[in-house]
Amino acid sequence: MDIQPILAALRRHKAGTILIALQIALTLAIVCNALFIIHQRLSRMNEPSGVDEANIFVIQNLWGEQYSTQEALERIQEDLAALRQVPGVQDVTPSNQYPFKGGGWDNLITLKPDQRTETTDASYFAGDEHFLGALGEKLIAGRDFRPDEVQSRGLREKMNPSVAIVSKPLADKLYPHGDALGKSFYAMTSAPVTIVGIVDVLQRSDVGTWSVPYAGESMVVPIRMAMPWGGYYIVRTKPGQLTAAMRAAPKALYAENRMRMIDSKDGVLSFAEVRHRAFERDRGMAILMSIICAVLLAITAAGIVGLTSFWVGQRRRQIGVRRALGATHRDILSYFMTENLLISLAGVALGVLLTFGLNLWLVTRFTLSVLPLTYVLGGIVILLLLGQGAVFAPALRASRVPPIEATRPA
Amino acid sequence: MLAYYLRLGLRSLRRNPVLTVLMVLAIGVGVAASMTTFAVFRAVSANPLPDKSSRLFVPQIDPWGPQARIDGSDIPDALTYTDAMALMRDRKGARQTAIYPINHTLIPDDVSREPFHVDGYAAYADFFPMFEAPFVYGSGWDHAQDDAHAAVVVISSQLNQQVFGGANSVGRSLRLDDHDYRIVGVMADWNPRPRFYDVNNDDGFSDPPDFILPFTHAVDTHTDTSGNDLCRGTTGRDPGWDGWLRSGCAWVSFWVELPDSTAVQAYRGYLQGYVAEQNRAGRFHWPAKTALFDLTQWLQQEKVVPPATRMSLLLSLGFFLVCLVNTVGLLLAKFMRRAGEIGVRRALGASRREIWLQFLAEAAMVGVAGGVAGLLFTGIGMLSIGLVFDPDIARLAHMSVSLMGLTLLCALVATVAAAFYPTWRAAHVQPAWQLKSN
Repeated sequence: MDIQPILAALRRHKAGTILIALQIALTLAIVCNALFIIHQRLSRMNEPSGVDEANIFVIQNLWGEQYSTQEALERIQEDLAALRQVPGVQDVTPSNQYPFKGGGWDNLITLKPDQRTETTDASYFAGDEHFLGALGEKLIAGRDFRPDEVQSRGLREKMNPSVAIVSKPLADKLYPHGDALGKSFYAMTSAPVTIVGIVDVLQRSDVGTWSVPYAGESMVVPIRMAMPWGGYYIVRTKPGQLTAAMRAAPKALYAENRMRMIDSKDGVLSFAEVRHRAFERDRGMAILMSIICAVLLAITAAGIVGLTSFWVGQRRRQIGVRRALGATHRDILSYFMTENLLISLAGVALGVLLTFGLNLWLVTRFTLSVLPLTYVLGGIVILLLLGQGAVFAPALRASRVPPIEATRPA
Repeated sequence: MLAYYLRLGLRSLRRNPVLTVLMVLAIGVGVAASMTTFAVFRAVSANPLPDKSSRLFVPQIDPWGPQARIDGSDIPDALTYTDAMALMRDRKGARQTAIYPINHTLIPDDVSREPFHVDGYAAYADFFPMFEAPFVYGSGWDHAQDDAHAAVVVISSQLNQQVFGGANSVGRSLRLDDHDYRIVGVMADWNPRPRFYDVNNDDGFSDPPDFILPFTHAVDTHTDTSGNDLCRGTTGRDPGWDGWLRSGCAWVSFWVELPDSTAVQAYRGYLQGYVAEQNRAGRFHWPAKTALFDLTQWLQQEKVVPPATRMSLLLSLGFFLVCLVNTVGLLLAKFMRRAGEIGVRRALGASRREIWLQFLAEAAMVGVAGGVAGLLFTGIGMLSIGLVFDPDIARLAHMSVSLMGLTLLCALVATVAAAFYPTWRAAHVQPAWQLKSN
């Protein structure tokens, strides 16, 4: 196909050509960035938490009275005993937080006690010797806590754990050569904390974007927290008994001591609900972006159909002349397809610049990551196909213009 | 004449219903997406106290020194207890209050009712007049009660409804954890959004507080903050409550009312003087930084408008732009197809201006129809807004008369602007050329 005559014809339709190209360029810029945002949100949503999600629920227990540390510790022990009696319960641990809780406790991590700038930041889980069992976490190196290592701490008491179990991402960040076990670090502590165990995955409690650089970095210390207001119990049930145990657990706790508050709405959450809540906004953003992308592509396609139909209508006589001079259906069809391809290519070329411009701006203003090239390539392919698809119907109509049209007045 | 143009326009639009519907839908969807996200943006970026925001200020004092900055910590967005108390003592503003968020368990007198959780603030007497809190019954407490560490409380109308069935509860007693408080006031529904006085702890859009009680009393009862407690590194501090109060941990919000610019200047000077005095006393060993933000600056500083809100607004506007480019193309196609008709009209004596007006009238009709479609889509958008935004924020945005007007206006203005080039082209059709080619 000779493109020279197509370019000559386009020069007669500058405005329309520029408008279609511009529309394609803007669509490419928005769709690429939106798809990227969708992907980022969805990938966070599907991250494995490391815990036995199908069989875990969390109770938020608030005391009805202000307890001293000692009183709170006793109440916690009573509660744990009561929860272990609930049919279907496999294991329980008290904790200050749980993965995907949203917000929570995190400590700065250094390798030396006097280090000025932190090495990283870790989500800080406090649990007893049942912590790993209750979450269904599996050690990939080292050992679990021993009962005699577990200390009890109240509000504003100094935390000076001597041992910790860390997640693999944290171990690798601190000791990149894979030899973290047995080594130590500082977690805003004056004495070193020794790594006694490593688990494969233990997601952070916070889900905010600020902690993306520290993704998956968590530590567990053998501390039973006794806060005057209450805390969390993480309960793991035997397979298939989650629903029944979730119903029975708060009843058992109230029966044991009624001076407490377990919120009827979100006091008892299955891990599925925890995950759902943690990523509610991400899901919303992904939905919004998908709708915008779909509608945008539809409008661009419709715009191409509209403008090309107009061009076909305008050129009926010329098409007739070409047909009379021996052009086949296929020639006419490919003329319009090629014309669209040329416009689309121009639009896409401008669009790539706009895409990176928009991305750069989103990176600086909203701390988004840099757009990978695959998205731009994917976007280009989508828009070229969309253009070709949209132009097909009007081009087919053009190819059916009979040669007799040449003899009719315009 | 305009009526005639409108009739012509309607006839022309009915000739290509598919193209017309396409244009109307594109404008409708584009304007609706922009308006829906704008409604959310407008709600979160609103000024919560427009008539007073320029007179309310937040002072900041850096308790950590320049090394903290080198290590990457900002000046904390709260004061240490020590500094907040010094500022309260000196009373250099027209009004001032230290504030921190607290929560309690409310124990109903009626033993058959379960205790429940309540959120509130510890503040000084100036809190109420300074922030213009309205009351249904009673009022706030006075300075003497601040000084006496009185066990009094102001409750929200919602809590009053819940506990006292909405009756005047002033003078009655309320049990929060293991302390009794005398109710001195019941606030009317009052929840400025964003809740400017607590944006350093909260997103600013959550439920209103259930109660407010004297700061001095809350400290006496060792009530811990339920907000942020910003401590730096392993800075040594004594254990226990008093150790925490004396520490470099920043957790107290502070607001001061300064009536005019001289007062603002004076207060800045006072803060500098205070810091210099702390230096002399040996508490700081560096030229400590101070800052004074007014309410709107403070909301910006605390980034109250969530980035997601801004980002969706911008993407929607980009989307609207594409819809408009689309409209320009379609209008151009539509108008130029009628070059012959224009040629005839021009030859029969219509001026360029008249042609221009005729096509502009047609475009305006598309704009109005797009606006109506936009209203419909905006309505749908408002209903489904909760899917996309945080529920706290989504419920702030609703369809108002001003938003409806804005939707119609945006659609009309944007369409007419988009029609400018196509109508200009139409008006410049050469009649002789058109007639000849026929």
